[in-house]
Parts: sequence; C-alpha cells; structure tokens
Amino acid sequence: MGLELYLDLLSPPCRTVYIFAKKNGIPFEFKEVELMKGDHISEEFGKVNPVRKVPALKDGDFTLAESVAILLHLARKYKVPDHWYPADLEKRAKVDEFMSWHITTLRQHTGKAFWLKTMAVALLGKPLPPEKIEAGLQELHATLKQLEEVFLQDKPFVTGDKISLADLLSICDIMQSFGGGHDVFEGCPKLAAWRQRVESEIGVELFIEANGGIQDAKSFSEQKIPPEVAKRLMARLQHHLGQH
Amino acid sequence: MGLELYLDLLSPACRVVYIFAKANRIPFEYKAVALMKGEQLSEDFGKVNPLKKVPALKDGDFTMSESIAILQYLAEKYKLSDHWYPANLEKRAKINEFLLWHVNVVRPLMVKDFWLKIMAPTLLGRTAPAERLEAVAQEFSTVLDQFEKTFLQGKTYISGEEISVADVVSLCDLIQATCTGQNIFEERPKMAAWRRNVESHIGMELINEAQKVVLNAGSYSKDSMDSKGVEWLTARAQLLLS
Repeated sequence: MGLELYLDLLSPPCRTVYIFAKKNGIPFEFKEVELMKGDHISEEFGKVNPVRKVPALKDGDFTLAESVAILLHLARKYKVPDHWYPADLEKRAKVDEFMSWHITTLRQHTGKAFWLKTMAVALLGKPLPPEKIEAGLQELHATLKQLEEVFLQDKPFVTGDKISLADLLSICDIMQSFGGGHDVFEGCPKLAAWRQRVESEIGVELFIEANGGIQDAKSFSEQKIPPEVAKRLMARLQHHLGQH
Repeated sequence: MGLELYLDLLSPACRVVYIFAKANRIPFEYKAVALMKGEQLSEDFGKVNPLKKVPALKDGDFTMSESIAILQYLAEKYKLSDHWYPANLEKRAKINEFLLWHVNVVRPLMVKDFWLKIMAPTLLGRTAPAERLEAVAQEFSTVLDQFEKTFLQGKTYISGEEISVADVVSLCDLIQATCTGQNIFEERPKMAAWRRNVESHIGMELINEAQKVVLNAGSYSKDSMDSKGVEWLTARAQLLLS
C-alpha cells in the first residue's frame, strides 16, 4: 500500500509536509482532505486521525498526526540529508527549540492574520474594518520581530548556514498571512531576503505548487461552503475576533 | 561551570524540566527566576534566553529554551534509559505526536483556565464572564475525552507499559488545572490510575517538592508580586480578557 499523506494544501502544516516529502523524493500517495468541504469530519478520515486534523500519515497500520511529529518521522525513516534535522546534539536542539516556539507563537499569529483577512471575507462576504484587522496583527508583528532578531539574526537560515525543518515550517505558516494584499515583510528586508533564500533552496516550482492556492484569496470567498462546515468556521472566526 | 537550569516552579513547563532532571539524577545548578517579580525580563536573563521565558538551559556557552526541546536534549545528552524518549522509529513518532498535541491543544487551554480563574481576579479585581468560563469548561471536557480515548486508551502510561517524557509533560499541566477547581482525577478513574502510576514511578517526594509552590495559593497572591511583576502580569491579564 505504501505511505499515504492526508493533506489539504490550504493548511500551512500540510504544505510543510508536502514540500518536505517532495523535496526529498519520498514516495507517497496524496490523499486530499478538503477542509472547506468538511472531509475531515468524515467517519473514514476519523479512522486515520481521530483528532480529525490534517496533516495525517498512514503507513500500513501505522498512523500519525501533528505536522512536526510527521516531519521528524519522515526525516528519520527516509534518512534525509542531515541539514534538515541535524544529528549533532546542539544543532538539533536549536531546531527543536525553534519548532516548539513556532507552534505556540508564529503559527497562532499567522493563522489569526489569515482568519481576519481572508476567511472573514469568505464567511462574512466583506472585509473586516481595517482597525480590527490591524489590532489583530499586533502579535504577528511582534513575533516576526522575534523571528528576525532572536532567531535569524545575521544567519542565512534560522538555525545556521543551511536550510532546516525550522525554515520550512515557518515559511509555510508565514505564507498564510499574506492574503488580503498585505505584505507582512514590508519594512523587514532581512526577512524578505530570508524568504527568497528559502524559496530558492526549496525550488521555486515546488514552492509555488504548494503555496499558490493560498495566495488566491478570491477563490475562498467564491467557495460554496456546506452549512455544517460554515458553522464550525464561523465559530473559529469568532474565536479570533475575541468573541469566545 | 556545568549545567544550569533557569526555572520558576510556578510554571508547569519548568516543573516538567525539574522533575525530569531530578528523577534522572542529572546534576544541575538551579537558577531561580521569579516570574512574580518579573525577573525573566531582566537584562541578565535576556543573555540566557532572549525570548525572556522560562524554562531555559545553559550548558557552558550553549543556551536553549522550550521545555520539550530541553527534555529531548537532556535525554540524548545524558544517555537516559530508552523508555523516556525511545529510539524506535514508531514509538518515538507517537510520543512526538502526543507532545505536539499537548503543546498545541492542552497547554494553551490550561493557561487560559489558570489566568481566567486565578490571575485575572487577582490582578484586575474582577472575575471572567460566566460564558467564557463555561466555554473553557466545555473545552476541558472535550480535551480530556481526547486524552483518554485517543492517547491513554487505558494503558499504564501514554506510550504503553513504560513511562516516557509524554507522561511527565502531561501530568504537570493537568495538576495545574486542579488548582482552579477542575476535578479531572475525581471524575475520571482511568486518569486517576494513570496519575498514580506516573507519581509512583517518579516518587511522591519529588512530585511534592516540585508542586509545593503551585499548590499554595499564596504563591500567586499580590503579596508575592513586586511592582515589576504586577506590571507584566496585569498587561498579560488585560490582553487575555480584552
């Protein structure tokens, strides 16, 4: 049967797993799970991941969820080049540290930007007032500053001279916040340069293949969302608007 | 100089590192960072961790933060018993999966619960609106159901018959929740059994030593704060309740 990856490229962690697998020539069957159609709520998908989130992995009888866990598993199993997740104790620890920090900060804040800018339009039919969006982006600006000043500094990549899982994970989440015509790298030339390097390492074609869909904010608002899914999405939007 | 661990035992993430290091007899120097006094914001501590958070580790010139990353580092460096963070591909993957789920889902909920019920009333002099508390209670119920059905599944420990980092991480956060009145263990016998297994393996003496401050409500009363502490804690409470 082989490795199956359950993904929706609209989701940043899915894009990270997709790019990583493709870049490293890891053979897999792409199992599409369309979040906007509620595929993740299906009973079938529940058997792959009872927590009902993507990405998810199935390898024979073995199933696994959580993007970082999946990335680490693939890196170890397929013995990818060392720079992705170094064997050296201290280098590896810095990648682990970054990924853990990322999950609780950058992922949350880029996600919020996406919901306030892109999903709000898709669900409400019109953009939120600019002040509301700007207020919601404060944390993102602060976190991007930390990314630049604490992690990246003057290095080419987040944890050193070579690209690692840290760069891949964060770039995919950051791409999510680009919707709504807002360039989050405006005024951050270091981060913009870092993005170019990461894109170049991954390969522009693969990068666009994975991230292209998210740039097309218009297609979101034109989607016909099933009512059950719309309800769940509205609840999430309200959460981001602080109405919870 | 040796290994230094920068900790405040009021923080569950710090308790995890403390318990893990002590249980495995890893020699370290305890460097207290009093969150209630805003010590994590000091310039000195900023040299250890520019993210200004605890726990943090310093080992010669090497510094790092993030509790789970620290556990992984310690397990590897001190060549601890395999069961803590198994080398086996699939066993390790499942533990990573749990740790990430916990960090993503459980810990933020615990933090929200603690701040809404304890820190906000202490600092802002008002309780959170009933609907918000009710929403948190609902989330708790869902999350604990997931813990029991998807992860624990009646096993002795989260990853099977042997204790791992997953159990230590999880227990420290869940006990924090009991401080806010969440009757997690009284209402869920399987979780109570799991808790007894973990505590029994680690030893109650160490568990009690680590939990002492957080179980004492006086530790987060205004008396234990100085002006710097009040400043950063109030800002955070306001952000959460806005």
